[in-house]
Amino acid sequence: MSASAPQPTITPYPDGPLLLRGDVVLQTADGEVIPRRRRTVALCRCGLSAIKPFCDGTHKAAGFRTED
Amino acid sequence: MTITAPALAGAAVRPRGPLGEAVLHALTAAEPADRETLARQAEAALRSCSDITTDEDIQLALFLLYASAYGTLDGLEADREWEPALIAVRLMLESAFERALRTRVTVPDLPEPTADAVARELFALVAADDGPSLFRHLARRATADQAREFLMQRSIYTLREAYPHSWAIPRLSGSPKAALVEIQSDEYGGGRPDRVHAELFAKALRGAGLDDTYGAYVDDVPAITLASLNMMSMFGLNRRLIGAIVGHLAAFEMTSSIPNRLYADGLRRLGFEDDVTDYFDEHVEADAVHEQIAARDLAGGLAAQHPHLLPDIMFGAAACLAIDGAVAGHMLDAWERQSSSLRTAVTP
Repeated sequence: MSASAPQPTITPYPDGPLLLRGDVVLQTADGEVIPRRRRTVALCRCGLSAIKPFCDGTHKAAGFRTED
Repeated sequence: MTITAPALAGAAVRPRGPLGEAVLHALTAAEPADRETLARQAEAALRSCSDITTDEDIQLALFLLYASAYGTLDGLEADREWEPALIAVRLMLESAFERALRTRVTVPDLPEPTADAVARELFALVAADDGPSLFRHLARRATADQAREFLMQRSIYTLREAYPHSWAIPRLSGSPKAALVEIQSDEYGGGRPDRVHAELFAKALRGAGLDDTYGAYVDDVPAITLASLNMMSMFGLNRRLIGAIVGHLAAFEMTSSIPNRLYADGLRRLGFEDDVTDYFDEHVEADAVHEQIAARDLAGGLAAQHPHLLPDIMFGAAACLAIDGAVAGHMLDAWERQSSSLRTAVTP
């Protein structure tokens, strides 16, 4: 990583997903790269998303709660 | 080489009454507008209207005045954007429109002005909204003709998606500004012209056999559809309403990812291909990101920075739900009666 590139961050949003910002490669259990289509992505935290590893908002309908 | 001005597409929009006719003339004619005549027309239109959100003449006039600021319709003279007579009319109409919205919309109890409390209150407000559900109808029952009507209705805003909220960028500072730019950058394709959301929607229109020219369906949509965009334009263009445009964006993003999944499902059920469903599929993932940023970092961040804006943040969010609910209700009511939600029968 160059000196100017900021560290990637993962931020938990209460009752919702983890927001991932920065240069991180996502891959499957088999090591296959999962394409990222946007700079900031939301990672599913409730386990119910139909587009995992990304969030699709289903946690809201399911009443998912976090302790933050 | 001869350079010709663009065709007069804006001038092709048909006025719906004397005020719209006067405004359109003032935006397109060679001679300058007469301030007193325009003001008299606006006063008369406001006097005779019972519900400004469904007043065809007034909403079209406002739509044209905002189109002049955005430059979204060809044929509107650029040097009329700041014409005092037209600005005076816009202020008269906006004053009545804003008053009607504030009367109509119930603003929830205000949370503490912290990012966390505001985000939680916004999610609760959206979850409690029991407005009509257009996406369920699209998913399960809508006909292909109704799906095309839905795309035509949506084209008024979505072919120019994200435009009204961008007015807020230079008026914010610090983390709320960074949050809005993070969302808008994604709306505008993150540097990839083919991923600009408005372009994805244009592709959807073409895929459904519809016209992707901006304004092609203005004459077909009712006042309430214009009112939905006009409300965003009013919130966006008036710096004093910065809280309302931020709250509006939060509610808009928070009512998007799950509905868009169902719109995409419905369109696939009806046999539309990927070129039509891409826009909707994209928004399932995109708006699950945007809603978090909009609620917490943008709206919550702004309230923490400027607590006096909190009432307008909540008003903007509630107004988004109320008016978009009315647009959905209009379409569902028309389809329930086996008729069209458009003002005119259209052959695509």
